[in-house]
Amino acid sequence: MQVSIVVNGKNQTLSAAPMKRLLDVLREDVGLTGTKEGCGEGECGACAVIMDGLLVLSCMVPLCQIQGKSITTIEGLANDADLHPLQHAFHENGGSQCGMCTPGMILAALYYLNNPGEAEDLREALAGNQCRCTGYTRIFKSVEAVARHEL
Amino acid sequence: MHEHFETIGKSVRRKEGIPKVTGQAVYADDMRFDGCLYGRTVRSTVPHGTIKKIRFNPGFPWTEFTIVLPEDIPGKNGVTLIDSRQPFLAYREIQHLAEPIALIAHADKELLEEALHQIEVDVDELPAVFTMDAALERNDIFKSYLIESGNVSDKWRDADVIIEETYGTGAQEHLYIEPQAIIATAIPGESVTIWGSMQCPFYVQKAVAPLFNLPRERIRVVQTETGGGFGGKEEYPNLIAGHAALLAWKSGRPVKMIYGRREDMLATTKRHPSRTHIKAGFKRDGTLVALDIDLVLDGGAYPTLSSVVLSRATLHAWGPYRCDCTRIRSRVVKTNSVPHGAFRGFGAPQAIFAIEMHMNRAAEALGMDPAEIRRRNFLRKGDRMPTGQVIKDELDLGYLMDRALELSNYTQKRSQFEQSNRNRGQKRKGIGLSVFFHGSGFTGSGEVQLASEISLRLTEQGGVEVLAANVECGQGTNTVFVQIVAEACKISPDLVRIHQPDTAAVPDSGPTVASRTTMIVGKLIERAALELRRRMNEPEDFRSAAQQYLSQHGTLVVRVRYEPPTDIHWDETTYRGDAYAAYSWSCDVAEVEVDLTDYGARVTNFVSTVECGRVLNPALAAAQIEGGIAQGIGFALYEDVVLERGAMKNNQFTNYIIPTTADTPDINVEFVEFPYNNPGPYAAKGIGEMPIDGPAPAIASAVAHALGGRFINEVPLLPERIMRDIENECT
Repeated sequence: MQVSIVVNGKNQTLSAAPMKRLLDVLREDVGLTGTKEGCGEGECGACAVIMDGLLVLSCMVPLCQIQGKSITTIEGLANDADLHPLQHAFHENGGSQCGMCTPGMILAALYYLNNPGEAEDLREALAGNQCRCTGYTRIFKSVEAVARHEL
Repeated sequence: MHEHFETIGKSVRRKEGIPKVTGQAVYADDMRFDGCLYGRTVRSTVPHGTIKKIRFNPGFPWTEFTIVLPEDIPGKNGVTLIDSRQPFLAYREIQHLAEPIALIAHADKELLEEALHQIEVDVDELPAVFTMDAALERNDIFKSYLIESGNVSDKWRDADVIIEETYGTGAQEHLYIEPQAIIATAIPGESVTIWGSMQCPFYVQKAVAPLFNLPRERIRVVQTETGGGFGGKEEYPNLIAGHAALLAWKSGRPVKMIYGRREDMLATTKRHPSRTHIKAGFKRDGTLVALDIDLVLDGGAYPTLSSVVLSRATLHAWGPYRCDCTRIRSRVVKTNSVPHGAFRGFGAPQAIFAIEMHMNRAAEALGMDPAEIRRRNFLRKGDRMPTGQVIKDELDLGYLMDRALELSNYTQKRSQFEQSNRNRGQKRKGIGLSVFFHGSGFTGSGEVQLASEISLRLTEQGGVEVLAANVECGQGTNTVFVQIVAEACKISPDLVRIHQPDTAAVPDSGPTVASRTTMIVGKLIERAALELRRRMNEPEDFRSAAQQYLSQHGTLVVRVRYEPPTDIHWDETTYRGDAYAAYSWSCDVAEVEVDLTDYGARVTNFVSTVECGRVLNPALAAAQIEGGIAQGIGFALYEDVVLERGAMKNNQFTNYIIPTTADTPDINVEFVEFPYNNPGPYAAKGIGEMPIDGPAPAIASAVAHALGGRFINEVPLLPERIMRDIENECT
């Protein structure tokens, strides 16, 4: 099956099996490996990306549902040499340790900052993204630093 | 304490931080190889039995597959670790569920998945053992220890109160976010190269060389960015590396073995389940006079690292208390469970849960506050541990505890909660504490045997490169190594770089385990850095001096080897002496809320005070503690490995609950520094594991406080366990 999508602002036309997961499409067909697989069943949040403005788990989205969609991955956030404010904040505040949950976590945080009304608070907004290293303390600090700055 | 440092003690940013936040960091599964095959493992579906035949269903395109059976193994079919009893592939005898039996590889992942269902293994099933009791009855013991000081049997008559209880802890899954991942290439008959997610590249080399009858230097092992380890990537990668290499050897093509989460949770090691019986005698004033501990661990089907896990459990069993009359007997038994293995804490969390809960029981029985009974018995300078080790530091655990009590407002909250709980509302509150220690580095003479080496070399930019085998897996190895070099050489951290751990390029500085990297390996780096500066005649401007040195001499490399501290002595045969060269100390205070509607317990606040010598990087050190506490909260309340016929039944992220943002409270960490004299770089001690030791007893005693002194002796404290306890009480 052939689909045309926009990944980080670039048009892509791809051909793969209809049930191929968006996660594998991004990693194998588009060649962007920043999106990570942690569980493959929509539970850990490591593979989160933003699709047409919505936060989705790319391991749960098949190719047959992505025609014409616009997708933002972790690779799409930095502007040349300039880190996105969230990436900068995660680096400054120690929000990333082993780094496996970081791409999904940053995209979930970005979604929350863009849609603050959708969750009660930051804790709820990030509850679908699991981290085994940090105890979340420094992830909160990182996102709060950006929220303070932007609000 | 008054020395001035440029880099040490500063929260220098993570060395590899930028690639991690931009998605550019390369983990094993992100690597691409031309002509790569994927590898999968055929596993046993019975816990114990004899293999009769492996049948490949006809009509399936088997000729397209690479298949490895035990008889294809060119060398020794045993994973070399402490011993080599665990086979790479079960040959005739199966010892546990999900044991590897055969390997298959293909370029098409989906076809490979289907192929797994086209293979049948005929087995004569044998009776299996799943409980510690059954294993003890059969005397199936991998290892045992006995430590005695004084004559416990004579001492009970001096006690006013004797308390006897049995405590238990469950298995725990590491749940690193990156599953196990290895890639191998091979030149059949010649050499093997392995890339992957791991803590110990030289362990992998040592394990894989005999598999191919090759000298070690023909096996090259390269660590890729590692997405969490927690002990789960200490010994297990040895096995997967062997599997991937066997498939690469047979096919002549690169082979990727990336475990899916379910396979990872089903087949890999877990924390050893434990059962600890404690009998302790106290004077009416709370003084501990006699302590008798019997600790048992379930090792699972093969010995893996069980004997050393047991050793650490044994050597932490008495907690931070002085008792002249102590006996500790410990055993790790063989069952037909999936082997248990290394997990952050390495036996200490199990032992510390038991002794700390027992101190709470004693406080309750004597009508004392849990803090006061501890204060009465704390180890001090000059005291002896049951091994005979004398405390040489200016240890002030009273202060460490008082700071935690103060920060948590313990005393006030304790009475406040007791008062509000009298209203018998649906939500009960409690506060509890634990005090504990963790030995840094390998036990006893382990570091002498490891004889770790590192080297430093000048770079063409006029900086320094660190060559060591210790890996970054999120805990901060890279950054701390950089800081030590920068401080000793008096250069900017930007001028220091870390060589990727690669057995073909770096010396063997030992495994990345046992809270040893900063203290033991960091010291080697400090020594080498000082020597590097000395060889360059202590230059004012290191950078230009280095460039000048290189233009004159071509290269400058300094290599150093571990030298044991002269005042540390350990006798392996009697198990007496200085078990660890240094200990870190900590006090946790947890606040909980128990909802009697659904019996769920929740941690609402957490305070930890920590003494780990000089803190080299406060942000990284605190982050280690916060993460360890979160993992400890999981161990205490949520993380339930359901073992069915010895294998994890709930082997899914969905069904194994770790703390999320919603379950993790604010965590307040404060460092306390005692005047120290220890063997670490800039007087730093280990910190990686200790934070997992304390949360479970602190939380369990807070739950007991919330429930009006009703103690539950086993973690995790699942709602059903709390419910059963309450209902048993009522009937």
